[in-house]
Amino acid sequence: MMFYLFAAVAVVASLLVIAQRNPIYSVLLLIASFGALSGLYVLLEAPFVAVIQIIVYAGAIMVLFLFVVMLLNAPHEETDFDERTHPLLRPGAMRLGGLLAVALVMELVWALANAADPGRFGVERVISVAAIGKMLFTEYAFAFEVTSVLILVAMVGAVVLARKEEMR
Amino acid sequence: MNAPLEYYLVLSAVLFCIGAAGVFVRRNLITILLSIEIMLNAVNLTFVAFGRAHGSADGQIIVFFVMTVAAAEAAVGLAIVISLFRFRESLNPDSFTELKW
Amino acid sequence: MTPLLIAQIALTLLVFVALLHSAAAMVWVERRLAALLQQRRGPTRVGWQGLLQPFADVIKLMFKEELRPKAADAFLFALAPIISATCAFAAFAVVPFGGTTTLLGLLPEGLRLQVADVNVAILVIFAISSMSVYGIVLAGWSSNSKYSLLGGLRSSAQMISYELSYGMALASVLLVATSAASAVPVDSMSLTGIVDGQAGTWAYVVPRWFVFIQPIGFLIFMTAGIAETNRAPFDFPEAEQELVAGYHTEYSSMSFAMFFLAEYVNMVTVSAVATDLFLGGWHGPFLPASLGWIWFLLKVAALLFFYVWMRWTLPRYRYDQLMRFGWKILLPVSVINLLVTAAGVLYFG
Repeated sequence: MMFYLFAAVAVVASLLVIAQRNPIYSVLLLIASFGALSGLYVLLEAPFVAVIQIIVYAGAIMVLFLFVVMLLNAPHEETDFDERTHPLLRPGAMRLGGLLAVALVMELVWALANAADPGRFGVERVISVAAIGKMLFTEYAFAFEVTSVLILVAMVGAVVLARKEEMR
Repeated sequence: MNAPLEYYLVLSAVLFCIGAAGVFVRRNLITILLSIEIMLNAVNLTFVAFGRAHGSADGQIIVFFVMTVAAAEAAVGLAIVISLFRFRESLNPDSFTELKW
Repeated sequence: MTPLLIAQIALTLLVFVALLHSAAAMVWVERRLAALLQQRRGPTRVGWQGLLQPFADVIKLMFKEELRPKAADAFLFALAPIISATCAFAAFAVVPFGGTTTLLGLLPEGLRLQVADVNVAILVIFAISSMSVYGIVLAGWSSNSKYSLLGGLRSSAQMISYELSYGMALASVLLVATSAASAVPVDSMSLTGIVDGQAGTWAYVVPRWFVFIQPIGFLIFMTAGIAETNRAPFDFPEAEQELVAGYHTEYSSMSFAMFFLAEYVNMVTVSAVATDLFLGGWHGPFLPASLGWIWFLLKVAALLFFYVWMRWTLPRYRYDQLMRFGWKILLPVSVINLLVTAAGVLYFG
């Protein structure tokens, strides 16, 4: 029941994200989609991931997107032809792209429905944050350290890339 | 009571394809980056669903790393978009044609 | 509809109404206290000692005309104060304010004085305060005016900068709560468990509050909390002399009231969380456990007094000084605090 509600919100919001012209509405709809996904994670008994999704994705990455959209005053897609027809209905590359996506979804659904038994949900207890932390620092310790270097590199890179050219 | 595993997988496939359609179809750099985020989220959902089905915390830990990488990639991607916008005053990927033959 | 369920619903409504009234009380406290700090009297005419002043303010605001600039984005303009107010109230849902009570024996088992006992409560509070950034940035953008946009962007940049130190202070206190320094070491992030770890005293004199083990953590938490709620001395984005009124320049009447409600309720939430984490929650001498909420209220009141006192005593930080302080001073200090705490927990057990 709750699954259908959250799933419907996630799918509808994602569809509207790619169908909207105004980039600010796209960002807000994506935040709504992330909220629905967070609810799905709670249903999957992963409260840690659910809250981290809100903190990191909806609370930090989307704020970044929103800042960029506001500071660039992101224009709508320009030409007259673009103004008249909706992005998803334009000829040429658009239609091919749309067809490819439809083909992809049909193929994925067929593959998942006919696959060998992927497993069932057992009766498991909620995995605590302490257990996740322990695994992070023992089994996945190398990946954890590499990720921290990755974030440092990304931070330096973003600052350098977005810096204005200095006047000579 | 809870939906079976296949429902979560199908939902994740649908979300992934919506994201892919967004990357193919939209002509606005920021919307393309948003569609990439949708795809990454669909993958996260798959990982958590399988992790729950196998009863281990591995799914959640991989999701942790995927989210971190997505954050780093969004930051760098947006920095590139900002510098491209400064150069050409446009967010349409068709207007950046320098590397075409 | 068991009696317990009825009691829980009643408790949720009670918390909501109490938060509304606490915002009203804060309006009065702020004005009287500001006046006394400035050696004047403040509002004393409306009701006894001016206690009805907040209600007069609210009624005045309700009767004002609701304006909207023509070029403003109508949907976002209406949505922004709703987001601010909702996140402010929602964060209080996981904050416990008393021990279990049986309402003088009316209930078969104890009702915990908390709307929801989640075992990732600390992260939930952090998540909801991250969401409240959107109310401000959308208000700034949708007003379609340069003062609002600048104020909104500055304010939200400030909030997300100070969230990092806020989170590090939370992590430090969580480390202490899981160590042997607390009365009941926890292994989840539940706030109730952390408060229960602060029961009792050392040597019958000093209470086992975490503020005595983590004094720097407490200061970092309160500083980051003041910056998160955009209060002085970190209120440059909404300072009257600088940006007219920042992100809520174009708002009037009830939308403006909602922003102010959100600000005061955020203050109350930060004080309540600080009380639970550092000052021992509802534990205190001379009162039985079921009346612990009185101690809780007294501690929260003390922290709110500190908030108002800060506003009317310290000069305001300029925006670049504010950001420099957040990133170059507060964040390294909070990281070092976390490292030292971790070392202490490892060494002392």
